[in-house]
Amino acid sequence: MFERLVQEAPQFFGYHNLVFIGQAMGRTLWMTLIGCGVGFVCGLFIAIIRQTQTRILMPVRLLVIVYVEFFRRIPFLVILFIVLFAIEPLIPGTSLLGIATVSVCLLSTAFLSEVIRSGLESVPRQQIEGAATLNFSFIQMMSMVILPQSWRVILPPAAAFIVMFIKDTSLASQLGVIELTFAGKMLVNRGFSPILGFGAILLCYFMLSYPLSRFAAYLEKRLESS
Amino acid sequence: MSHLEIRNVSSVYGKQRVLQDVSLSADKGEVVSLIGPSGSGKSTLLRVLIGLTPPIDGEIHIAGERVDYSSRRHLRRLRNRMAIVFQQYNLFQNMSVLRNVAIAPIKIKKRPRREAEEHARSLLKKVGMEDKQDAYPDQLSGGQQQRVAIARALATNPELLLLDEVTSALDPERVNEVLDTIRLLRREGITMLIVSHEMAFVREVSTKVAMMDSGRIVEIGTPDQIFAAPRENRTREFVSKILSHPK
Amino acid sequence: MEYTFQFAAVFRELPYLLGGAALTLGIAFTSFWGGAVIGVLGAVAKVNGKRVARRIASAYVVFFTNTPALVQIFLLYYALPDVGILLDPLVAVVVGLTLNSGAYLTEILRAGVISVRRSEIEAATALNMSRFQILLYVILPHIAKTIYAPLSNFFVWLVLGSSLAALFGVEELTGRAINISTENLRSIETFLVVAVIYALLTLIASATLALVGRWAFRVDAKVL
Repeated sequence: MFERLVQEAPQFFGYHNLVFIGQAMGRTLWMTLIGCGVGFVCGLFIAIIRQTQTRILMPVRLLVIVYVEFFRRIPFLVILFIVLFAIEPLIPGTSLLGIATVSVCLLSTAFLSEVIRSGLESVPRQQIEGAATLNFSFIQMMSMVILPQSWRVILPPAAAFIVMFIKDTSLASQLGVIELTFAGKMLVNRGFSPILGFGAILLCYFMLSYPLSRFAAYLEKRLESS
Repeated sequence: MSHLEIRNVSSVYGKQRVLQDVSLSADKGEVVSLIGPSGSGKSTLLRVLIGLTPPIDGEIHIAGERVDYSSRRHLRRLRNRMAIVFQQYNLFQNMSVLRNVAIAPIKIKKRPRREAEEHARSLLKKVGMEDKQDAYPDQLSGGQQQRVAIARALATNPELLLLDEVTSALDPERVNEVLDTIRLLRREGITMLIVSHEMAFVREVSTKVAMMDSGRIVEIGTPDQIFAAPRENRTREFVSKILSHPK
Repeated sequence: MEYTFQFAAVFRELPYLLGGAALTLGIAFTSFWGGAVIGVLGAVAKVNGKRVARRIASAYVVFFTNTPALVQIFLLYYALPDVGILLDPLVAVVVGLTLNSGAYLTEILRAGVISVRRSEIEAATALNMSRFQILLYVILPHIAKTIYAPLSNFFVWLVLGSSLAALFGVEELTGRAINISTENLRSIETFLVVAVIYALLTLIASATLALVGRWAFRVDAKVL
């Protein structure tokens, strides 16, 4: 086995393979970054809606709660299939990468909205009452008092969730998106040793995730102590 | 009619009645103090007045106008003429002292920034905090935070100031700096409603004292009458207990 | 564009799907308890172990929490035959998920262990409690309280994560959904129904865990 690895290595780490893996890594990153970016914005929106109390917004609040609870309780693989079968007839010709990215957005919106919500709720009630008696409007209270203080509670778990989303995108290989995992499968199919093929892919994921995990741990420590 | 008229107000917390049929009035420039054991409804009355806890019954009139607590417009107007200082200061932790005091005039009352900050500085000077205007709340002692909170409440020029146990969370040696600030306000003729356990202070500054117990007002009188010659047994019991064991 | 949803063909297969759900739970349970064993060892190694043990435990956790379970299992499934070990797909998935849970549970349990405060143990010692009593009345309840919520969240994650078994041809809930949808061609309906089954499954799991937590550890967990 070991001989095989040594024998294959030079060819495996050839220019074309490395470019191929690099492009695949780009797609993994793209899905994660777009997914998390959109997820953060939508999640923030949902979290803020859930803090409102007006009766008119009651149905909207209910709807977003159902959305969040539902999408946190179904496997990403199932989300991928649902999005695939829903989008194909609606918008024919959507790329597989697009479908996978939409799926990540749906997932990350649900999870990040919960992270953001607990951040918003971490701001002491007394300050909210203080703002209310000074006649702050809901939006003023959010933008001037609550949001500026909730970042420190939101950021560490949000970074940890991004690591989870990076890993989840590996399931998009099942749709045929040529991201890291799919690239690994293709290399193995071309005859390279699975240890080399999947090992290299694992290493690529590790290079993406590990710095972010460390950053999350660092944020947690720093923001907690200050 | 008095400036502030509270008529037969009741309120509930969960299923429990925390205020029952409370009536009280205050004229302009008066200092009315609420005394009584913990849980007797003193703080709740202040919270009802400023619209943090809804009343379920009764009427509240300010300057001859009845307040409808379910109307946002009324609530806004009410909070324009009334301000509250809390036991826990409730300062905005993400803002400097000056910003805490100036933010409501700038953002809510749309005053020009320069003018509002000028006013904020003069208020900070009044409460003796002018040299801390750039500090953040977590860098200040409790007494200092409370004085900033008072300045913040005054910044919107309220007609009526509510003080909810403003010295209860403070170290004993910090109590006086806050009480001095309130004495100053009294001299300036600001109408105040005070909840306090500092009996000597209450006796000194109040024009009127109301004794509360189990959500009701037991007795209302002048400070001398309440402390020296209470009519009700419950008041006598409370006053004698608290005067023989000052906390 | 017209599309009429037809769920009848899916509902007919409900017993078949629920059979898959049972396997899903089975995979999650097995990996959870297997992972718990590794997790206890890992947490002990990280908190009390010698340098080497600590290093090994850390490396294990860092590797498994920073790479996707799917690729780890690919490696197990396709590389082990090279050294003469041929794993059944189900076994490969369970082994992979167990190794994953081991890593996550090491971290969760470690957080629980370090949450025990020295002062409480000292107070218990001063009250003349025996070591066993201290463990039973002071240390374990404390750990239980700290780890309860992350533990039940993790179990939900495992139930959902076990769906990747479908990619290896294991006929658990997602696998059976794929089977059905290729036959009845009602893909979107099938996966919507399966999504609801997953949601209900994890809701029941969370609620049960919360009730157990309340009853056994007096943890103030939200049931729903």
